[in-house]
Amino acid sequence: MSAALLLDVRNLVVHLRAENGVVRAVDGVDLTVASGECVGIVGESGCGKSTLARAVVRLLPNVEYAQLSGEIRFGGIDIAALSPAALRRLRRSSSFSMIFQDPLGYLNPTRRIGPQVGEALSDTRSRTETRNRVHALLREAGLTEPATIARRYPHELSGGMRQRALIAIALASSPRLLVADEPTSALDATVQLQVLATLRRLHQERGMALLIVTHDLGLVAELCDRVYVMQAGRMLECADVFTLFDTPAHPYTARLIELSARRHRPTPQHEAAE
Amino acid sequence: MARFVVLRLLQAIPMMVVVVLLVFTMLQLTPGDPVQAIVGQFPVPPDFRAAIEQHYHLNDPLWMRLMQYFLNLLHGDLGYSFQSQQPVIELILQRAPRTLLLAGAAFVIGVPIGIGIGLLCATTRNRHVDRFWTTTALVGYAVPGFWLGQLLVILFAMRLGWFPTQGMAPLISRAHGAGWLLERVRYLALPAITYAVYEATRVARLMRASVADTLGQGFIVTARAKGLSRAKIIRRHVLRNSSLPVVTVMGYAFGVAMGGAVLIETVFSWPGIGLLLIEAIRVRDNQTVVGVVLFISLAVILMNLLVDMLYGLLDPRIRAAR
Repeated sequence: MSAALLLDVRNLVVHLRAENGVVRAVDGVDLTVASGECVGIVGESGCGKSTLARAVVRLLPNVEYAQLSGEIRFGGIDIAALSPAALRRLRRSSSFSMIFQDPLGYLNPTRRIGPQVGEALSDTRSRTETRNRVHALLREAGLTEPATIARRYPHELSGGMRQRALIAIALASSPRLLVADEPTSALDATVQLQVLATLRRLHQERGMALLIVTHDLGLVAELCDRVYVMQAGRMLECADVFTLFDTPAHPYTARLIELSARRHRPTPQHEAAE
Repeated sequence: MARFVVLRLLQAIPMMVVVVLLVFTMLQLTPGDPVQAIVGQFPVPPDFRAAIEQHYHLNDPLWMRLMQYFLNLLHGDLGYSFQSQQPVIELILQRAPRTLLLAGAAFVIGVPIGIGIGLLCATTRNRHVDRFWTTTALVGYAVPGFWLGQLLVILFAMRLGWFPTQGMAPLISRAHGAGWLLERVRYLALPAITYAVYEATRVARLMRASVADTLGQGFIVTARAKGLSRAKIIRRHVLRNSSLPVVTVMGYAFGVAMGGAVLIETVFSWPGIGLLLIEAIRVRDNQTVVGVVLFISLAVILMNLLVDMLYGLLDPRIRAAR
């Protein structure tokens, strides 16, 4: 593979401490993302895809509860072996960010949006500069009235607005890779499409690579160049998005596509009404 | 906010009425002779008994005496203590500042220490530091205050002579200014520390659980993703969110503390509300008992109101719900 590889994960194993003993949530996974590429990871719930996503940006629940082995090379640096301080520096310098499924839980309920975005900015600057930068980020994330939003608390925003606030936070460090864990699953259908459009715009405008974890094959077809299919902690197959949908290599993948298609097909009642 | 406070105070009135009804009625049911209690350890001549019963309306039906009590209450009259030969309100006003001083000192020392220990434990969960302090806090919480108080007296007052054994102040004091203050602090030290141990360990246990809960929240992951330092995460995202349950419990505890820490006040002969209540119960000084219970319930109600107001400051979601 070439030097254009932004993220290169080799033989990643993640153990999580569960209620009865230890679970191997991710079991020897290889994964690559090139600069500016959009990659999807699909699989049923509980297959380890969220754990994988959090592992590659070193955001697993707690060191006490999780053990990680293997290599995670980001821009040539093995971040799996990085010290906490070095990792913090890396996070603040155009590396990677993450957004989550439940934006309400991932925003601090007791603080206004503005400061929550502002504290993600990497370098110290004057108060006015920070405010302008925060407003610019909120606007870039698709919030049309950034000055008003910045003064709001998370509970005063709609689900879509919260997800956009979370995106603004993620954009603050100008990341080259954005990991999105089920970014639209908690949103209404119309809002889903809008947030999706925003992600696509950011992907194109910023040349930012996306790694999207989802169970929604429609989202994958819409956005991704390449797709990984995951089951029980392992990668079943990896293909570009057209190949995957046309000629799935694995019966499990075929089944996923079939189920997804059935879900999107109109139900008999609808047909009767028409 | 003003509307909220007024509303809550109005809601407190029926609560106080019920408290008076309960305590008043319960005291009627206790055995013993109030006239005998007034006279003391002497036989009561029948005509004197009749005079007293007439004077204090002791033979009136319960509901009439209750009505009279409520009427007096409206004039700020809590009754008269036969035992101390002064109005109950004066007794309470005299004792309350002392209890406030003791409890205040204990909370000022204890709560920050407890918060510190809880924070330390939660951030080093299941490691040796945590185990050590969690165990220490459990022991501190379980040790009875009167026993710990006596141990402290034996060591620091009797062996080492650093502090006085009991009381609030010397019988005769010529100190003034800073010297006077130091003298008072020496008397306050042991009871306040004994009391603080209990409060600190209670806060520590609460805080540990609360911080552990906050650390498991999603926004802590967001904070880590921002590359914030540990100290910043704790200061900006953990402290305020974790302090909510602590504020609730400690606010309530402070209200209850206005009733005096009876055991600690007894061990150290600290003449606060707790001792007053115990003495009043012992000699059947009923008016004082009802007055003190009323005072305690008022303190609890006011502290709960204060907690609710603090809550609004700490958590914008609650502010919005009003």
